[in-house]
Amino acid sequence: MARKLFRSHETRAMIDRYSVVELIGIYLGIAAFLFFMLAPFVEGFLVSLKPLAQLFSTPYSFWPENGSFEAYRTMWVSVPRFGRYIFNSLFISVVSTIIVLILVVPAAYAFARFKFKGMAMVLGGFLAVSMFSGAVLLIPLFRLMRTLGLLNTYYAMIVPGAAFLIPSAIWLLRTYMMRIPNELNEAAYMDGASQFYTFRRVILPIARPGIIVVAIMTFIGAYAQQFIFALTFNSKTEFMPLPVGLFAYFGKQEVIWNELMAASFVGIAPAMVIIFFLQRYLVGGLTAGAVKQ
Amino acid sequence: MTQNRAAWIFAWALLTPAILYVLVIVAWPLIETFRLSFTDASLRKTTNYVGWTNYLKIFDKDFLEIIIRTFTWTFFSVLLKMVIGTFGAVLLNCAVPGRNLFRLLTMPPWIVPMAIGIFMWGWMYNGQFGMISGLLQWFGLSDGPVAFLAYGSSAYWATIVTDVWIGVPMVTIYFLAAIQSIPRDLYEAAWTDGASRWTRFRRITVPLMAPAIITMSMLSLIATFNSFDIIWILTQGGPSGSTTTMIIDTYSTAIGSKRYGEGAARAVVICIFLSLFCIAYFRMTRKLAGGQKA
Repeated sequence: MARKLFRSHETRAMIDRYSVVELIGIYLGIAAFLFFMLAPFVEGFLVSLKPLAQLFSTPYSFWPENGSFEAYRTMWVSVPRFGRYIFNSLFISVVSTIIVLILVVPAAYAFARFKFKGMAMVLGGFLAVSMFSGAVLLIPLFRLMRTLGLLNTYYAMIVPGAAFLIPSAIWLLRTYMMRIPNELNEAAYMDGASQFYTFRRVILPIARPGIIVVAIMTFIGAYAQQFIFALTFNSKTEFMPLPVGLFAYFGKQEVIWNELMAASFVGIAPAMVIIFFLQRYLVGGLTAGAVKQ
Repeated sequence: MTQNRAAWIFAWALLTPAILYVLVIVAWPLIETFRLSFTDASLRKTTNYVGWTNYLKIFDKDFLEIIIRTFTWTFFSVLLKMVIGTFGAVLLNCAVPGRNLFRLLTMPPWIVPMAIGIFMWGWMYNGQFGMISGLLQWFGLSDGPVAFLAYGSSAYWATIVTDVWIGVPMVTIYFLAAIQSIPRDLYEAAWTDGASRWTRFRRITVPLMAPAIITMSMLSLIATFNSFDIIWILTQGGPSGSTTTMIIDTYSTAIGSKRYGEGAARAVVICIFLSLFCIAYFRMTRKLAGGQKA
């Protein structure tokens, strides 16, 4: 009874009521926090609007005078391959995501549904993988890629990158699949369905939202973190992804900063579109993975 | 019984592809790193076993300095991520208009390709024309341009700030989820008893967030210890080694100078530290899980 009283709508409203001073404090705090998070983007965007001459002039001026979107046009001219770099980045991310999903969906289901001897250790092993970055294992990976003849191909960037995306994907999807009631498996078994049939026809359709979240998180991870393998395992410009390709704007004498920033924003666009359309999934996916049990 | 056996086969069949992939791409290279660390592997065709030579060679004053630098760099970065992340999570949890938008706006540094964020910081740190130097002069805090990446101590802190910037969004969202999983009844009960907002924060939020903070510090410690992109793009470990962490040092030895054997020995030292962190992490999560049950 008392519990019900506390839960009343009134309490809920009262507890969230802030005094004016508190409100000002909260908004100032949020403003300071977001300033730190977003300042580089604001500055980067303004730089992309400034002519190069204004950039390389003192004193510093924050606002672009006679700013224009000129750099967004000339960037395609000074680095003609730029479109290719974006394509490469997207291609590498998409293929990595597909590989990760093919490996992770069955594995996550096994971890979520079956408790056989040795599986807990294997799960621990997967989690331990995420502790080692590609940078530590670069030397043998380099030799492995060379032996397999994969250096200077897309695969040199896709194959090692995907391995390091597997652990968190397994963890996230396992958490999701553990919520699917075991009764479904039992019912399917009663009806004489095989293990594979149950997995394919009963579990996969139900787990689809979780798989979508994992796919998005993996794609973002793959898109955001393609640097070290691309830097080390590939020297062909036609296969370069965005993060390495952008170095093309570092000229011999000076960095063409306005075009570099313009190109950065064009390169960010795919990620931003994803955030905008899939924000619902994103926040849900992050929180699901973050707090276990 | 046959049902059970079929399930056993099925479960391991589901796991096998992922296990094989990780064995080939992670476990084997890990073992290979140990093997190579006892050789003089380089670009030459022949490779000889040289015993502990590589280890004897790398353990000098410089390497010790690099280890200490890696630890302090990581420590400050993780500390700042935790402090700013907690600050952000508590604020974004406040029931104020616009909070959904604010939450969304914290994500870009994490979601954008890392290299792009780092380029933007590279410009901000630019001494002659960058924003930070410009603002410092504008406010009269500095007489002349400050080239942050040109001096040891400022480059050290500049790389930390950028690392914090990239790490904070994830920490914030994780902490926010942790705060939101605290039962609301606790707050309402405390509120009914007349506890102020500050008391509620100190007595409810902080203790119940503690497991999340400990878990995240460990995960963040491991990720930060491995940090490569930021330092490599901003300073490549310079000026004169002031931002050379163990990862950067290993990379320039192995890939830069092509001394694979020696690089592998340096990588092994990193692996030993990482394994220690890893063991500490697993122990801690087990203890936390046990504590919650009790």
